[in-house]
Amino acid sequence: MEPFTKITSRMVPLPMDNVDTDIIVPARFLKVTDKANMEQYLFRDWRFDSDGTPRPDFILNQPRAKGAQILLGGRNFGSGSSREHAPWALLAFGFRAIISTSFADIFWGNSLKNGLLPVVVPPDAHAELFRLVERDPDASVTIDLASQTLTLPNGHAVNFPIDNFSKQCLLAGVDQLGYILKQEPRVRAYESAHPATVQTSVKI
Amino acid sequence: MAGTMASQKPQTLIEKIWDRHVVVEEPDCPAVLYIDLHLVHEVTSPQAFQALREKKLGVRQPSRTLATTDHSVPTHDRSLPFADPLAAKQVAQLGINCREFGLPLFGLDSPYQGIVHVIGPELGATQPGMTIVCGDSHTATHGAFGALAFGIGTTEVEHVLATQCLLQRKPQTFEVRVEGQLRTGVTAKDIILALIAQIGVGGGVGCVLEYTGSAIRSLSMDERMTVCNMSIEGGAKAGLIAPDDTTFQYMAGRPFVPKGAAWDAALQEWKSLPTDNGARYDKTVTLDASRLEPMITYGTNPGMGMAITATIPRPDSLTDETSRKTLAHALEYMALEPGKPLLGHPVDVVFIGSCTNSRLSDLRAAAGILKGRKVSPKARVLVVAGSQQVKRQAEQEGLHEIFRAAGCEWREPGCSMCIAMNGDELKPGQYSVSTSNRNFEGRQGKGGRTFLASPLTAAATAIHGCITDVRTLL
Ligand code: SF4
Repeated sequence: MEPFTKITSRMVPLPMDNVDTDIIVPARFLKVTDKANMEQYLFRDWRFDSDGTPRPDFILNQPRAKGAQILLGGRNFGSGSSREHAPWALLAFGFRAIISTSFADIFWGNSLKNGLLPVVVPPDAHAELFRLVERDPDASVTIDLASQTLTLPNGHAVNFPIDNFSKQCLLAGVDQLGYILKQEPRVRAYESAHPATVQTSVKI
Repeated sequence: MAGTMASQKPQTLIEKIWDRHVVVEEPDCPAVLYIDLHLVHEVTSPQAFQALREKKLGVRQPSRTLATTDHSVPTHDRSLPFADPLAAKQVAQLGINCREFGLPLFGLDSPYQGIVHVIGPELGATQPGMTIVCGDSHTATHGAFGALAFGIGTTEVEHVLATQCLLQRKPQTFEVRVEGQLRTGVTAKDIILALIAQIGVGGGVGCVLEYTGSAIRSLSMDERMTVCNMSIEGGAKAGLIAPDDTTFQYMAGRPFVPKGAAWDAALQEWKSLPTDNGARYDKTVTLDASRLEPMITYGTNPGMGMAITATIPRPDSLTDETSRKTLAHALEYMALEPGKPLLGHPVDVVFIGSCTNSRLSDLRAAAGILKGRKVSPKARVLVVAGSQQVKRQAEQEGLHEIFRAAGCEWREPGCSMCIAMNGDELKPGQYSVSTSNRNFEGRQGKGGRTFLASPLTAAATAIHGCITDVRTLL
């Protein structure tokens, strides 16, 4: 996982509430058994016509999306299916952070485990960001994970929440699995104190 | 036993399960939560197994793991080869992974194959008080048994395979109290659609729902599963119901439940689970079941639902601009006119199936409406049992003959047109009434348009080929 420290980038606005993971990566592309080529599936049905032609009116096909690392989403981003393909595809396209007023729980966890930062801002700051990109599509904001701040071009800074554990993992680019593996003796102790009431390997 | 002593602070069901599964919780770190049962399917697991290989890790507890194939599998004659080579490869890969890591697989050759959330309960693997996870957001279904069951991503699938644990933060508790008696033609599906319409698709974010109240207590296990199944559509991580005699009666004698003295011991433990008197929830909402009508969705998320007799809301009635844009976009996708009723709207396909409504009682309900009637020649009607067991039981009762005589397709078990990964799909622009759980854009096929409803509403709609209030047929 690539560490996340600080980025400064234009934002790609997607003013739609409740963007679900089915629209981020449609189910028909979930038959893959690896993580290759995820970029091409991102927002597939909003980005491309049925014959595969890019739709020029969709924001991700416009020049301003090129090289942008921040997606400015509507409220409650990432609801629905648990598919981790959604953050994989967003990262593959080049995004490193998504801004919203809230994120669906599974999407939130999946993003953090892949180095994609979900940034929760209060409703007034969210509205201000949309006004900003409307006035100036090239306006850049800075997201600094260490100080947990998002800074607008006018210097106005907004704090965003993240739990310290996920933050440290992101800053260092380390996998959370290592931490659980280190707890092995305690897991073993738990298992001997709590025998299983199910044995799925038993022939039925 | 934790949580039952009078001297302790009263606890909710959710807190009791949580506390009993914390392996360790260090300062400034999430809790390491032990997972009792890990369900696995072909779509969200291949990259996790690959990661185990790369890290040279094994599966810690194969006998707490249960795998099946459901999402990508064809629902036509299983003796035929897969039409889609990618789906074939994905299903084969799960077989390879299960053999290599020594995991029990209820695959296409098993008499117990089916949708993961249907087979867990029917095999008795799903038990009260457990923590249950699956790389699938509808894992909440198992909450019907008083288990803390939730969906996880592929990285977390890898964590559970390797360690049988997950890093978790304690969720907020949200009581959904449903009182009163449902009226004729109104079902468990209508309770959950009405709840989501009320709290919205983000209403439960950060929470686990506990469904309480007289209306919930009087539901069968199948119906409780329907309610819990869609907790995620309200944004909640999970949804559960305290176990009671209905739960224990359902479980008794199922293959994976404890037997003899072990059953008695388990029963004692399970009876200590229900929320203590005086325990407090972080949030509560109440619903009056006796006032509910059959529900249907009109938009592109499950929160866009209304009583079947109501009219489609108008975007210009909303004050906030993004809400207006979101609803206008949804209605444009659905090609529906604000202010108009949905009753009488033509549909091309009716889908009866999915982990929400593909159990025996769902099929019985639909068959009860279709018996002696014919479906509209304009509609294609698919009936897809949730598992091989459900299919066999339905056939023993002759339900398949009722469906076939009415003009429905009776297909092999799987997710089918709930997610349209297996070739069962809507064509662009087609409308369906579906008993599944998601009406997202393209969910049932690219460009397809979905109305979510109960099996009763689906069956009634199949007969007329247009959206129909089942109460006119009762
Ligand atoms: S039936 Fe639908 S919702 Fe349920 S597990 Fe399958 S794809 Fe997911």
